[in-house]
Amino acid sequence: MLLEVKNLSIYYYTLTGVVKGAEGVSFSIDRGEWVTFVGESGSGKSTVAHAIMNIVPSPGRIVSGEVVFQDRDLLKLSKEELREIRGKEISMIFQDPMTSLDPLRKVGDQVIEVMTVHGIPEEEARERAKELLEKVNLPPDRLDYYPHQLSGGQRQRISIAMAMAFNPKLLIADEPTTALDVIVQDSIMDLIEALKAEGTSIYFVTHDISLAAERSDKIAVMYAGKLVEFGTVEQILENPLHPYTKALIEAVPDLWKEGKVRAIPGYPPDLRNPPSGCRFHPRCPLAKAGLCDAEEPEFEEVEKGHYVACHFPGGWRG
Amino acid sequence: MEIAGKIAEFLFGKKPGRGMMLFGLTIVLIVLIMAIFAPWIAPYDPTQSSDDVFAPPSGEHLMGTNRLGQDMFSRIVWGSRIVLYVVFIATLISMAIGIPLGLVSGYYGGKTDRALSVVMDSIYAFPALILAIVIAVVLGPSPLNTAIAISFVYVPTYFRMVRGQTLSLKGQLFVEAAHAIGAKNREIMFKYILPNLAPTILVVFTLSVADAILTEAGLSFLGLSVTPPTPDWGYDLRVGQPFLLDGYWWLVFFPGVMIMLLAMAFALIGEALNERVSLGTR
Repeated sequence: MLLEVKNLSIYYYTLTGVVKGAEGVSFSIDRGEWVTFVGESGSGKSTVAHAIMNIVPSPGRIVSGEVVFQDRDLLKLSKEELREIRGKEISMIFQDPMTSLDPLRKVGDQVIEVMTVHGIPEEEARERAKELLEKVNLPPDRLDYYPHQLSGGQRQRISIAMAMAFNPKLLIADEPTTALDVIVQDSIMDLIEALKAEGTSIYFVTHDISLAAERSDKIAVMYAGKLVEFGTVEQILENPLHPYTKALIEAVPDLWKEGKVRAIPGYPPDLRNPPSGCRFHPRCPLAKAGLCDAEEPEFEEVEKGHYVACHFPGGWRG
Repeated sequence: MEIAGKIAEFLFGKKPGRGMMLFGLTIVLIVLIMAIFAPWIAPYDPTQSSDDVFAPPSGEHLMGTNRLGQDMFSRIVWGSRIVLYVVFIATLISMAIGIPLGLVSGYYGGKTDRALSVVMDSIYAFPALILAIVIAVVLGPSPLNTAIAISFVYVPTYFRMVRGQTLSLKGQLFVEAAHAIGAKNREIMFKYILPNLAPTILVVFTLSVADAILTEAGLSFLGLSVTPPTPDWGYDLRVGQPFLLDGYWWLVFFPGVMIMLLAMAFALIGEALNERVSLGTR
């Protein structure tokens, strides 16, 4: 197991109350495995991504849990040890390549910095930076460009080049394609897949379940700060067990089918005061009074590698 | 060369406030030349008394002479050195203190931030001139002490501005990305955040220089800056003031106009820069 997250909870201590951004999240990622996290905005998928790196932005705090990466709990490491891992063993790419690069510095300097921060001499880093740009299909002269001179896709390639600097064991991709058009999206996905082919595990965040279906090995579905279902792509897509997962799949428009896209009724809950029992029960067609609104379902393995947190897994099938 | 061209384009390009910028820069340049080449420009020794007292402006004495028969033009020229010296030392000191403190305070937050903010706000709440007077009195009259007194007053200006901008910049994605590559806090503050503050610092710098010129003039008007017979605009203004009603207008007019022009010049540059900087970010 490369990464094992156990019972991770992250709260945001805001002025208007404690927002339970993620609660009791447990999952694991194997070497060379691509796990995609899907869910609505605010479901906690990015929060967990940040927590793995231990860079949850203030006022967020990791209140409990373990993040075991290569047999070490990252949350117990010293700042020095963590810095060693960030950018080297675990890399991250962000949603918006417009703002994830420093606007005042040439992108080359920023690619080089990833390496110099970890003690590689500048000369060597520059050479390596050129190779990295080639790997992400950018001409090496782009190193001398400023972020504003590049397109969104090119910028995201730069971010990926930065993430690839050390052949990381784990790449955390926080909605890397959301700000890009579909064609560019595809080429970015190709790059991430190429990285995976070299043995890197991928923690991929998206709210687009069809994007998740195409390339990943496993899918994790999050709702209101909870992991509600986890399994292989086949398990999740062909045999969804959680009503929320089913609703997500049905919300994807189908070119070949007539009719309307089915939206999920209601709104995501306020995480300052999440619903009692199962957090999905106010929007769930299967919810049973006295059970779903009172008792929180366990996150259990129902078949090999397929976990779900629901009182009536697959209950709509009768 | 390319960079020089870009700077020229930034300063003089066809953008709003071009006139303000040109006017301001011209005056600052003139005063700078006066200060640098004072020994060659001034026709007389500014501290040399003569029998020719209260002479009105003429070909011989461009700005007349004062009570001691000193040539006013020479005093104005030499006086520019004191003003610039005091004001720039003062601004440099306040930047050197205010900017790092603001960075640290905004970046780390927490108790340090609270404590620093309270201290800075209390200084800021004090009337600037009165505070400067108190410090100048304690330190005693000398240009360097005046500079220290003035710098003290402007530390909170830099602190507050830098702290506020740091707070907003540290939430930006590229700062988060810097954390994610394992950059140290110090590196993030000085390599990522500080350069992004530069445009704002530049604007605040010119505006606070304009303000500091007036404070310096105020202090030396009160006799807290230089010791006679050192030429200084604010001091000359005070020495000339009792004779204003006797019709010796040139004793007050020229120092006063110089103070006003120089302060205005910096204020105009600051305004013009502000327009450029905010245009650039929009």
